[in-house]
Amino acid sequence: MGKTYKKPEALSDNYTHYCPGCTHGIIHRLVAEVIDELGIRDRTVGIAPVGCAVLAYNYFTFDFQEAAHGRAPAMATGIKRVRPDLMVFTYQGDGDLASIGLSEIIHAANRGEKFTTVFVNNAVYGMTGGQMAPTTMPDQRTTTSPYGRNVEEAGMPIRMAELLATLATPSYISRHTVIRPKYVIRAKNAIKKAFTYQLENRCFSLVEIVSTCPTNWGMTPTEALDWTEEKLLAYYKLGEYKTPE
Amino acid sequence: MAKVLMKGNEAIGEAAIRAGCLNYFAYPITPQTEVAEYLARRLPEVGGVFLQGESEVAVSYMLFGASACGARVLTTSSSPGISLMSEGLSYMTAAQCPVVLVNIMRGGPGLGGILPSQGDYFQATKGGGHGDYRLLVMAPASVQEAVEMVMQAFSLAEKYRNPVMILGDGLIGQMMEPVEFPDEYKAEPSNKDAWATNGMGTRKSRTRNLVKTLYLDPDELNNHNLLLKSKYDRMKQEEVRFDTYNADSDYQVLIVSYGTMSRVCITAIDNLKAAGLEVGMLRPQTLFPFPEKGVHAAASKKSCKIVISVEMSMGQMVEDVERSVKGQRPVEWYGKCGGDVPTPEEIMDVVRAKLKQSS
Repeated sequence: MGKTYKKPEALSDNYTHYCPGCTHGIIHRLVAEVIDELGIRDRTVGIAPVGCAVLAYNYFTFDFQEAAHGRAPAMATGIKRVRPDLMVFTYQGDGDLASIGLSEIIHAANRGEKFTTVFVNNAVYGMTGGQMAPTTMPDQRTTTSPYGRNVEEAGMPIRMAELLATLATPSYISRHTVIRPKYVIRAKNAIKKAFTYQLENRCFSLVEIVSTCPTNWGMTPTEALDWTEEKLLAYYKLGEYKTPE
Repeated sequence: MAKVLMKGNEAIGEAAIRAGCLNYFAYPITPQTEVAEYLARRLPEVGGVFLQGESEVAVSYMLFGASACGARVLTTSSSPGISLMSEGLSYMTAAQCPVVLVNIMRGGPGLGGILPSQGDYFQATKGGGHGDYRLLVMAPASVQEAVEMVMQAFSLAEKYRNPVMILGDGLIGQMMEPVEFPDEYKAEPSNKDAWATNGMGTRKSRTRNLVKTLYLDPDELNNHNLLLKSKYDRMKQEEVRFDTYNADSDYQVLIVSYGTMSRVCITAIDNLKAAGLEVGMLRPQTLFPFPEKGVHAAASKKSCKIVISVEMSMGQMVEDVERSVKGQRPVEWYGKCGGDVPTPEEIMDVVRAKLKQSS
């Protein structure tokens, strides 16, 4: 019997720097599998964010640009406008996309820029060491909300998929997670759909993936998975929020 | 090609197209919006890309992304807009992206005003964004020179893989002057395959390219900065440009002035000459690299008693003039920055008064 399961060509041999129980590794693999399956590695340009995934380019094997905090959608816009033949995706966290880069993602989506965003939401700033994000849950403790997120001061968490889905420009917007094996295949299908829409030059696409951060949540990996399922998925509902006509 | 009468801002837009730049990203701001309006009309005619971004911040990263995949790109803005782009400029310089920017300066700080100024000299030549970086900065004194500099800027940006800024005051953008475009201008082809993220499949090597600015290892970051510094040092050797006026005379006063301000100084110098006082001028055409040796030599002339930096700012270039003169002569400053350009008469009075004080 031959080999039935192997590392995607789009993924490098490097060990990742991600913490135990973090789901970036799974999401990287899904992106790589989709790129392999669509046969687009030779013409793909990824854009790394600022945040835990800033070094994402170490784990992929195709062209990459590294953005400033939140600016990846503007860089992707620049590339797609001058080179529509390239396949472009941004890989962004919630501090990057929902806070400092809110303007860039909304306008890129609203212009219908034909790139794909993989938005990894773990309700906290990871790389800077666990500060409150716009996506942090009410009462969630972080280093900058040590008594828990006070919604009187900080407001309720932003739901990016819902917010972007209010835009009239046709787009593909969906939310998934990879915390249980049953969700992983759905998340992959969504990523594949998003890249396919780009390949067909159809629309802007964003797949939000609700993720974990055991290190900054102060939990074990399994506790983090349970907390995600119980708390995050209750507020960040999975599903397709917008599909192109 | 015959001469045509054109507004500076429109001529700048046309010059970019003639230089083979068909990609323009910008955000409207007075007094340079005519560049965007001109190119919004013109670029579709030549199959180019025109995009009005949501902010100058976003525009600078559109430029970064497009340039990093090998395209020739331009943006234009004015002072407050350049402040917003300064973050992107730091990144683009660190990532060695050959982009061209035009700053048609207005008065500051803050919202300031919309009239001509040269108040962004520090921002253009000393940074603006964070970290050790330099832009190659060129300062035109006429619409014709703006056209020529914009066209050269693309080759220089590619030669050094560094952003190049054309720093013009509001008058350069707003005034109409006769201008001649070269009949045939062939943009020098530049092979970007070694570094551009233009898709692995298109490159012979088929190895991936990475455009980044993060160097967590201190030695690596230091080496990266040394590499950037070597480019700035090479610019200082190869790209210094300046012009002189009445420099053959035994001038008692040397004026250093650039852009529109230098043209007013020429009238003052002619009038003073007619009245029996010789004044010379050195006009930097590159502000970085600054013509240090040229200024030093001109100031050291035996007849020269005093050097005056005349600029539409509260005294910015004067610091580079002092640095260049190295104490050989007293260095004075005269300037105004509300938007009214000093008149020849004002400059004549200043020259006479400062010369008197110095003797």
